[in-house]
Order: sequence, then C-alpha cells, then structure tokens
Amino acid sequence: MVNLSLEGKNIVIMGVANKRSIAWGIAQAVHQAGARIIFTYAGERFKNEVQKLVDTLESDAHLLLPCDVTNDEEIEATFRTIKEKVGVIHGIAHCIAFANKEELSGEYLNTTREGFLLAHNISSYSLTAVAKAARPLMTEGGAIITLTYLGGERVVQNYNVMGVAKASLDASVKYLANDLGKDGIRVNAISAGPIRTLSAKGISDFNSVLKMIEERAPMRRSVTPEDVGNAALFLLSDLATAITGETLHVDSGFNIIAI
Amino acid sequence: MSDDILARVKKIVAERLDVDEADVTPEASFKEDLEADSLDVVELVMELEDEFGLEISDEDAEKILTVGDVVEYIKSHQS
Repeated sequence: MVNLSLEGKNIVIMGVANKRSIAWGIAQAVHQAGARIIFTYAGERFKNEVQKLVDTLESDAHLLLPCDVTNDEEIEATFRTIKEKVGVIHGIAHCIAFANKEELSGEYLNTTREGFLLAHNISSYSLTAVAKAARPLMTEGGAIITLTYLGGERVVQNYNVMGVAKASLDASVKYLANDLGKDGIRVNAISAGPIRTLSAKGISDFNSVLKMIEERAPMRRSVTPEDVGNAALFLLSDLATAITGETLHVDSGFNIIAI
Repeated sequence: MSDDILARVKKIVAERLDVDEADVTPEASFKEDLEADSLDVVELVMELEDEFGLEISDEDAEKILTVGDVVEYIKSHQS
C-alpha cells in the first residue's frame, strides 16, 4: 500500500531561519503529511522569526527548541529534551550550513584555515554529531535527510569552501547510511537547485546563478522550497524504504547539462 | 513620493532589525547606528528587493551604508 502519510511520526527539522528557508518548505510538506515537528533554531536571533512561522501552522503539537550544532553538549541536551517530550523520533531534516561571506567570492585558494574549519564544522560535521545524538531515539527506524549542492560535486563559481564542505557532507551521508542501515535508519541528501534564501544570497553574484538555471536547466525554471519539501517528504516517508546513501537532485535537471 | 519610500523603508528596517522606527532616520548607518550584522544586511536586501520589486547587485549593496542611501537607490532604480 502506497503511504505518504507521516501521521503519528515525530520529525525534527533543523535550520529554519525565515519564511524563505528551504527547511520551511520541508516543514510545510511534513506538517501537511500529519507529522509532529520538533523545530530547532540556531540561536536567539532566529527564535522569534521561527516562532512566528510555527504559529502559522496552527497546531499545538509542534515544538520549538534551540540547538547550536557547534556544541556537542547542547546537541545532547536538545535530544534529551526531545526524548522527554516525544520519546521516539522518526525523521530528521538537517538544513544547516554556514561559511564566512568573504570566503564565498573570488578564489577558493584564499580560504583561511579558520574559515575552512568553520564551514566544515557547521555544514558537515554537524550531521554526524546530530545523527549520533538522534540514533538512540530512532528506535523504530526512520530517515535522516540533509541538504547538499552541486558545488560539492563540481566547481560552481564563488561557492568555494562551501563546495568543499558539501563534498565532505556527501561522503558523510554514505558512511552514516552504512552505519545506521542496520538500525533501519536511512540517510539521504537532497541536492537542490539554487533558491533565493538567506544562505544563498550570501554567495557572491547569486542572482546571476539563478538566471542561468532559468535559461539552461532542462525544465527552464528555478526550484522552489515547495519542490524540495515534496522530495523531502518522499525521502522521509515509507515510499522510500529501500533508498539510502543517495543524493536526489531537485534542480530542474540542471546537473545533467554539460555545455 | 520619496516620503512614501522612506516610510516603507523605515517600516521594513525597524521590523527586521528590531529597532524603533524613530531611530531609523535617513542619516542612520545600518552597521554602526542600527547595529546590523552581515546576516541582517543580507535579510534587509532581500526584503527591500521584494518590497520594491527590484534587484540590488552585490556591488551596489556594498555602497549602501545609511537609510538615506537606500531611499536614494530605490528612487533612481524603480521603474
């Protein structure tokens, strides 16, 4: 029986920053599918914004918790709280990345050691840290998804250190999939086409990347948070029960184009 | 017309940076007077692009330092 419903499931969504966030697109799809959502946000500056968005869902079931993914104790504390409040979790959407804005332009060569480590810490290692903290709560199996980008597979101008961090994230997805497969936990990545989010606008000359997709991608259109939300729902649902370690491109087909 | 633009800019800036509209004067600098950090600036640029239906290039965004600069930019770029 085909089943897209997430009724009775608890899904953690990490990384909503504002209404344009891809994580918010995922949250809306997951909410419509009937799940209880545990939102985590990256510090006080995002709290009010996320709270306002959560209020628009008009559901008492969802929770909102802080989680600084650079801090192992805080990750553990967050998942301890989640365990107390909901017990079991069935899915995680990890939508977290960061790099210094000045390192998202010009030559990759100029990346500093500090900037390199910062980008990898927040954008890549955090998935592993979160998976480790979440595993004891995923007693009924489930799915973890993360957001990656083409710039981790091939060179995208200005994406620089974030591309290298995404390559590390992509490899983590495969190793985590192997570790967690025996517990019935699937780990996959969505490689979304460029979307006009807060993170994307930090990349130098982002507007022209968006235009190029609209002109050159097979579907001749850019991608929306709703597009990604639908794909995320699929990967989190029981329609994807034998899919793990995979990268699903949700990019209007842009990744197949060479010249 | 420019008063109307200023009023709309004030509202967006006050809401985004969580400051009093009264502090959002044309002379106010985003980074120094209104204490905007780099994420705030990017968010503001996006809000302004949406509100006024225009595209602010990275190059132009770097030149916008005060609330008055924004109003001038919008006046000269709005079709």
